[in-house]
This record gives sequence, structure tokens and C-alpha cells, in this order.
Amino acid sequence: MFADYTTTELLSIFAMQGFAGLILFSVFVLMALGLAIIFGQMGVINMAHGEFMILGAYITYITSNLFSEYMPGLFSMYFFIAMIIAFFATAALGALVEWSLIRHLYKRPLDTLLATWGLSLILQQIYRTVFGAREVGVTLPDWLMGSIPLTDMIDIPINGLFVMGLTVLISVSIYLLMFRSRWGSQVRAVVQNRPMASAVGINTEKTDRVTFALGCGIAGVAGSAFTMVGSTGPTAGQLYIVDTFLVVVFGGAQSLLGTIASAFTISQSQSTMEFFLSGSMAKVLTLLFVVGILMIRPQGLFAMKIRR
Amino acid sequence: MQTSTHSHRTERRSRGGLLHKLSLASASALLFSSVSFAAPATEEVNTTGLAVTDDTVKVGILHSTTGTMAISETGSVQAEKLAIAQINAMGGVLGRKIEYIQEDGASDWPTFAEKSRKLLVNDKVAAVFGCWTSASRKAVLPVFEQYNGMLYYPTFYEGLEQSPNVIYTGQEATQQILSGIDWVVKEKGAKSFFLLGSDYIWPRTSNKIARKHIEKLGLKVVGEEYYPLGHTQFNSVINKIKLKKPDVIYAIVVGGSNVAFYKQLKAAGIDMTKEKPVLLTISVTEDEILGIGGDNIDGAYAAMKYFQSLDNPNNKEFVAAFKEMWGDDIVIGDVTQAAYLGPWLWKAAVEKAGSFDIDKIKAASPGIELTTAPEGYVRIHENHHLWSKTRIGHAQKDGQYEVVYETEELMEPDPFPEGYQ
Repeated sequence: MFADYTTTELLSIFAMQGFAGLILFSVFVLMALGLAIIFGQMGVINMAHGEFMILGAYITYITSNLFSEYMPGLFSMYFFIAMIIAFFATAALGALVEWSLIRHLYKRPLDTLLATWGLSLILQQIYRTVFGAREVGVTLPDWLMGSIPLTDMIDIPINGLFVMGLTVLISVSIYLLMFRSRWGSQVRAVVQNRPMASAVGINTEKTDRVTFALGCGIAGVAGSAFTMVGSTGPTAGQLYIVDTFLVVVFGGAQSLLGTIASAFTISQSQSTMEFFLSGSMAKVLTLLFVVGILMIRPQGLFAMKIRR
Repeated sequence: MQTSTHSHRTERRSRGGLLHKLSLASASALLFSSVSFAAPATEEVNTTGLAVTDDTVKVGILHSTTGTMAISETGSVQAEKLAIAQINAMGGVLGRKIEYIQEDGASDWPTFAEKSRKLLVNDKVAAVFGCWTSASRKAVLPVFEQYNGMLYYPTFYEGLEQSPNVIYTGQEATQQILSGIDWVVKEKGAKSFFLLGSDYIWPRTSNKIARKHIEKLGLKVVGEEYYPLGHTQFNSVINKIKLKKPDVIYAIVVGGSNVAFYKQLKAAGIDMTKEKPVLLTISVTEDEILGIGGDNIDGAYAAMKYFQSLDNPNNKEFVAAFKEMWGDDIVIGDVTQAAYLGPWLWKAAVEKAGSFDIDKIKAASPGIELTTAPEGYVRIHENHHLWSKTRIGHAQKDGQYEVVYETEELMEPDPFPEGYQ
């Protein structure tokens, strides 16, 4: 298998493959963090997660058009502003959805699956009506495209670096928010025991709403970032939803650390296998591997120890 | 109904006999058409109870306007409506205005079958223009053969099919592939190829044909890879391409994956505007470039029969009419143009047969010519596909292709290519 290549070629391929795996890892973490908060912490099976991401992507599209129309001088910086707007807009939509739909279903978590699936269909059709059925092209500032050539063989994609940086930033913020802030301990208290948390004076309704909105907001930022690597169309969200649930369930639904560990495992094994086998086969083997592990550990890689 | 079904089965079993009968019938139809008059009586031109009145005829348009395929099929719907409007403005078909009934296949193959049954049985339409994916065509095919309807199918596809009830107005695989590879070998001196595609029947069949052809030419395929539909991470395969250093990347990626593939290719430092590698695709039309972005695919080559930039009077007129009807910022891809041919080919067949009867149209169709097609001259082959030229387009930053080559002769459609399966 390796006989045809020189040592330098092999080394650079391993370096590039490692980097490809890291990019995939960042993409997975970014996709899954929002869902890990909503599904893992709140128990809501949010099938509309992909559509929240695509809302973020569409907002990036609108922002880029506005900037090139009215402020062409600032175009190279629009991406940051787009991500901030994407966060708040999707978070606002999330809060609205929580208020109108989700809060009535906390006692029937399985029904959230149907309700949010319906929501995803409604959102898709809204996107189709507003933005058209065709995919839209998001123009990126020049500095985000292209690559940094290290050697003849190795090129580091800039947008890959950007996604990685963003992932680290968001993961650290979530960690601080969930485990180092007063609000985070309230969220964790509500997740563990809703009546008891309410009894000690935590406003569970408000906590729920903000948690759901936060999860959606992160999805929006992820969608905004993915305009760099993927497509933006009414149904593009469907491309991400399976992988997202896979990562969250495999990691152990209630553990954020588990989500990151599982994203790492899945992305590395998938990108390695993609290189040595074909793409479809790699996907099959990855899924088999995940199913195998889940048969042995149904609770996922990391499970919270709680008394039932 | 029973007898008609039966007769189709026998027809399909003995294709040689059928072709013989067809050519006889088309010859006799030719004689009839020369003596037919404008607006003949309805009972003469419609003996099988189709929805034809003294001044109207109903046809069906069957595409997905909702669901994931709506992205691709919208252009076809627009083209068919434009053709129908233009035909009506010219006085219609046999003196009858065309009225269309539009149904939504909703990107769901059983829905396509259901709606086509509705169009044929309840609405009794004289022809249906529709379907896009091979899966939807396969789903409606038994319905069209059972109830004896006529389908005009616009998409370039993998071949391996031929039905008396379908006219295939797009190219089948060999027409698109062989001349494209010949061109890249001759003009770019290509010696090694990397084949890449989405994982379903069209890319796999097409790459099989491509591989056979490349190997026949004595050249090398250094890799062949497939990725699931909707796959969005291509970094690993791009690394593999960099390692194998092929002269040509032969890409048949479709849908949302396309956008991801070309963006990541560019981000990984593969510059398609350079001499090598050459990227040759048969799946990216101007429609897809809208989503990919002209910057990201600048320099790639595509092999298909139509590009919006084709420089001929027919096409200029077509593009102008299309923009007038559907807006200035619209783009027109290969399939959109093929869909536009459907109503015109049907009109020509009806006029040649002097009748709306399906069996007479079937018989009259082979040999029908269209000199007004935006792509230039086309003719229906006896196997119900079109003779057409294949062109090579060079992708530009503005999202259009510049035509750099076209085959001198019309390519013969060969849906069952011997030695390529």
C-alpha cells in the first residue's frame, strides 16, 4: 500500500490526514454542542437542529449581501458580525419555539421528536418560499479562502484553521458558562431534578428558555461557520442532523465532555478509514463501530452517575 | 386496457421487430401529415379519449416543487412553461391551445407514481413533461407503460433504459462521457485519471463507462471513489488526489455535496486554473454553480450538450425569452434546455402523426428533427433518445461556461453500449 511512495510523501500525507481529521473533529463538535445542550441537558429531541443551523447560514448570506451593497469597504470583516447576528437571531427563534411549543412537552419528551420534526419541515418550506428552492452562494472574504502552503505537498486550509479556532472558543465559553457560573449550576440543578430545583427557588421556566435559546444560538453560529465548507439551501440542514445525533448519543447524552470525546473518536476513525478505503465504506464501518460500542455501553461513552 | 398492456409486453420483448414496425409506421405517418389540415375535427385526431377538445389539449407537468429535489427541478418547470406559452402564442398544436396541469412529485418517488397515474387516468393528459432523477423515472415508468402515456424526460442520465413511452431529451451517459474524455486526452495530454462520484447509480454507471474508455485508450485510472449523497467532508479524498497526482480529476458529485467538494478543493490549494490537474465534470451545470460560487470552480471543465453561453441565434432568442419570463438574474443549465425541448418535440410528433393518439405519436417520433433547438439541431433516434452534439465548457468566475470545443458530428445515443458494461 505504501510501497509506491517516498518517505517525504508519506510523512506529508500523514500530516495532512491528521489535519483533515482535526477539521472534521471541529466540525462535529461545532454541530453537536448545541444539540448536546438541548438534547443532553434538557432531554428535548430537537429534530429541527439542522434547520436552526441553516438559519445561521442564511443570515450570513444576507449579511454578506448587505455588506457588499452598502459597506464594501468593511466586507472583509463581515463574517464576524454575521456570526454574532446569527447567534442572536437563532437564539431568539429558539426562545420563541420554546415558549410556544417545547414548554408544553417537557413531561412527554418523546413527543418533542414529532413536534420538532414538524417544525423542521415548516422551517424548510419557509426558507424555500423566502430564499427560493435553489442553493444560495455565500461570498466569503478573500482572506478566508485559500491555503497556507507549508511544503510542496502540505497546504493548510485557512477556513479549516478558522473553524478550529471557533470551536475552541465556543467550547471554552460553554465550559465556563455551564461549570463556572451561577447560571450553569442552575441549569444542571433543573436537569437533575426539576421539582427540587423549583422548590429551592430556581425559576425553572426561565432557565429552560435560556438553555434552549443558547443551544439554538450555538447551532446558528455553527451554520454560519459552515458556509465556508458546505452548501446553503433549504434542506441542507438534513445533511448534518444524522451525524449530530450520532455524536451526541455516542458520547453519552448528558455529558458535554463525552460529546467532545465522541466527536474526536468518530472523526478520526472516519477520516483515517476514508483515506484507506472508499468514502461509503468508511461511513458504513464507522456506523458499525458506533453500534457495536453502544450495544456494550448503551449509555454512551461517558455517563453521569445518578441514583435512579 | 388489458389488450394494450399485453401488446406492450410483446413489443418490449422483441425490440428488433418493434423498430421495424416503427420505421414503417413513421414512413406512413409522414405521408399523412403532408395532407393534414389546420384544426382537424376532434374525433379524428383523438380516438382514445384523451383530454382534447375542439380548441384545447391538456398536458401534464410533473416535477418536484417541494422537497430536496426542488432545487434542481425548478428550472425544468420554468422551461416547460415557457415552451408551452410560446407554442400557444404560435397557435397551439393542431389548432388547439395547450393547457397544462401541474403536479408536485414532492421529491418522493411513490408520489411521482401516484401523480402520474392521476394525470393519465383522471386527467387523461395527452403528454407529460417531467421527472428529474432516475429514481423518479423508474417509479413512473410502469404507470406510463400500463396506461399508455407519453413522458418527455429531460435529465442527462446513465442509460440502460429504453421505453416506447418515454422520449429522453437529455443525453445518455456515453454521449456525455466519451467525447469529454477524448477531448481531455487530445487537448490536455491527459494520461492518468482520478474518478470521483456520489454513491448512486448515475455516477457509478458513468464512471464504469469512463473507466472502460480510459483503459481502451491505454491510459491509467489511478483512483475511483464514491461518497454518500449529502456528504460534506472531502478533505481525505482531496489528500488522496494530491498524493496520486492525476492529470485529470473526473468528478460526478451531485447536490449539496458539490458545494462542499469545490470549496474544500480550493481551500486545499488545488488551483484549477493551472495546467494540471484538469478537473472535468459532467454534473455541474450553471444552476449548480449558483450554489458553489463562480470563484470556487473557476477553471474547471464540463462536458455536456448545452451551455447558456452557446453562441447561436436560436440560443440568444431562447435565453432572452427565458429571462423575460422568469427574471434577469436567472441562469439556464443543460437540463433546463433539455426540458424546453420536450413540448416542442411533442408538438412536432403530433403534427407529423396528425393525431394526439399515443400510439401514433410513438410511431411518429423517431426521425423528428428540431432545427430551432437552443443547442442547435437535434433529431430523435429510433431508441427514443436524441442525436446531439457534446460541448466542453470552461468555467468562468462569473458562473458561466465558455464553450471551448464541440463535437463535429452529432453523437449517436447508445443507451446499451456494448463493451462498456
